[in-house]
Amino acid sequence: MLGDGILKGLAETAKNFAGSFVSKERMTTVEYPEERLPLPEAARNFPFLVYDGDDWEKGLRCVACQICEKECPPKCIYIEKSKDKKPDYVGKPQIYPAKFDIDISVCMSCQICVEVCPFEAIKMNTEFELATDDRFGGLLLDRKQLARSNEYYHEIHPTEASEVDARLAEEKAKVEAKAKAAAEAAAAKAAAAPSANTPASAAVAKPQAPVEAKPATAGKAAEIAKAPAMATAASEPKPVPGTGTDGPAPLTAEDQKNAETPAKANAREPKAQGEPKE
Amino acid sequence: MSSFGIKNEKLAGWNRPPVFESDGEGELLEVAMGPHHPSTHGVFRMDVVLDGERVIKLKPVFGYLHRNHEQLGQTQSYLANMPYTDRLDYFCSLTNNWAYALAVEKLVGQEVPERAEYLRVILAELTRVQNHASTIGFLLQEMGASGTPLMYAFREREKILDLFESLTGSRMMCNYMRFGGCRVDASPAWIEATRKVVAGLPAFVDEFERFLMTNEILMARCQGIGVLRPDLAVNSGISGPMLRASGVNYDIRKVDHYGIYDRFKFRVPLGDHGDIYDRYMVRMLEMRESISILNQALKDLPAGPVMDPKAKIRNFRPKAGESYGRIEAPKGELGFYLISDGSPNPYRYRVRPPSFINLTVLEDMCLGSNVADVVLIFGSVDIVLGEVDR
Repeated sequence: MLGDGILKGLAETAKNFAGSFVSKERMTTVEYPEERLPLPEAARNFPFLVYDGDDWEKGLRCVACQICEKECPPKCIYIEKSKDKKPDYVGKPQIYPAKFDIDISVCMSCQICVEVCPFEAIKMNTEFELATDDRFGGLLLDRKQLARSNEYYHEIHPTEASEVDARLAEEKAKVEAKAKAAAEAAAAKAAAAPSANTPASAAVAKPQAPVEAKPATAGKAAEIAKAPAMATAASEPKPVPGTGTDGPAPLTAEDQKNAETPAKANAREPKAQGEPKE
Repeated sequence: MSSFGIKNEKLAGWNRPPVFESDGEGELLEVAMGPHHPSTHGVFRMDVVLDGERVIKLKPVFGYLHRNHEQLGQTQSYLANMPYTDRLDYFCSLTNNWAYALAVEKLVGQEVPERAEYLRVILAELTRVQNHASTIGFLLQEMGASGTPLMYAFREREKILDLFESLTGSRMMCNYMRFGGCRVDASPAWIEATRKVVAGLPAFVDEFERFLMTNEILMARCQGIGVLRPDLAVNSGISGPMLRASGVNYDIRKVDHYGIYDRFKFRVPLGDHGDIYDRYMVRMLEMRESISILNQALKDLPAGPVMDPKAKIRNFRPKAGESYGRIEAPKGELGFYLISDGSPNPYRYRVRPPSFINLTVLEDMCLGSNVADVVLIFGSVDIVLGEVDR
């Protein structure tokens, strides 16, 4: 019969129309500004610069190596190297970007800068509501606007961020182990020629003791000397915000407590589990 | 091959331009369709000469979206060109990625891990499904079924784009494949989500078929219109669903077995008449075949790395040589030709875009038909202007 096909098709439309009142999966749209779909973890929009700690300027991981500037396909990154150096996350003095601009009106969100960065310094943001009435200045982001804390990175890409942190902590531990080994070798060498070194190390140890006059802190002073290596070992998933930026900064008592608590909690747990059995 | 429904016998000589004479009543009318004609998905113009309602001459004018893609590719590194290939055919960025990666891998003799090959097949077939669905939606939109079929197609496409976004980070500009594998691995959750979407696809195709396949208006407007003969199709280098709708059995997945396509069982749907309806049907059937490939690939997806550890990301300098990588993109044969002289950027870079070459027979298909059918024929070619103009 002529018109059969049309009626069949209209039946489908009617099914969809009626269904949209009943079943939820037929309602495929959301009312955007009021209602938002959650972004997937891998979502990317424009790059940002990661910094550790609280001070964005001190904590920037970028060392202005300019690899991203070179590899960026549309060439939207502009970097100027600094004249002086600041310590990076392992405490090694590095150049930092005196100027780091990204023109997001040119950027095409391809993520190649992230892939080529050897320092885990540049990552992709998920912010997309970036409309501005300033066509040039508003879309040219400088390093202050680009800087985001490591916590923010954890918030938007949790899995990726913890992987990165683990990698950085591992690297740092390696560097420190190397430094320690080098120091020990130096110490061994010094022991071989005893006359030169012993008074010097005593002189280093002495000024710490008078500051904390109590005899109980003598052991603590020794711990402080060992602290950097221990801290990384204890707090591996969370890569020491605050340390690193100022080099081998002396750890406060609070930091040590933090480093100790996980171990304590672990020690307590089996006991709590064991109790009901007994 | 006889019931083409062509009224004008002068079309018979396909290899010489058909001559149309005015019947002496009235004058010929020249119409510029475009550059912003609502029927087009990009910016495109057709200079049409009409005798009454009938098309006498049609000249496609393109280049409005030209952005120097090939020259750009020659001035920057091999990796930096990858995101630009996303922007050729922005509906199928993953197949573009694959074709380009294939060309470079051929150039340097790079192996691809098993899992990456499977992921590539899965993504390419998902791309094919969403491309065909939206093409059909657009075709029907151009027929005057404004809204509903296109929205049904886009509803399904959105599910696939969500998969792309959760894997690659971007809905359309995926930039996912690399020379020697894929950029990131797919999580088990992603595989599970893909299984779910693929399981829902046959229902969608069924619904679409019930919705439109026997629709009398669609048949009246599509059957026998815009016929492309197989000999003309072969001679002008047409590829993809357009070629197969004309009855030529040529699918690069079957011919080249690039990637791991020799492991999957699938059939190549062929048309009989080469008209718009056949092109529509070939795409519908290809979606079903793609779903079957997807099921097979998801079933035996192996574990392992997705990137060859020896593959280089930075300082990539292939030795001097040339290569041509081609795949069966949803729109036809997509090829990338590269000449390397040992420097970090290609010496010559050339794209063989299926949309562009499929568009060259537009005049032959349109001659003698009504002006309203021109829009329909144009829609059935399935082009994306980003790829035509490059």
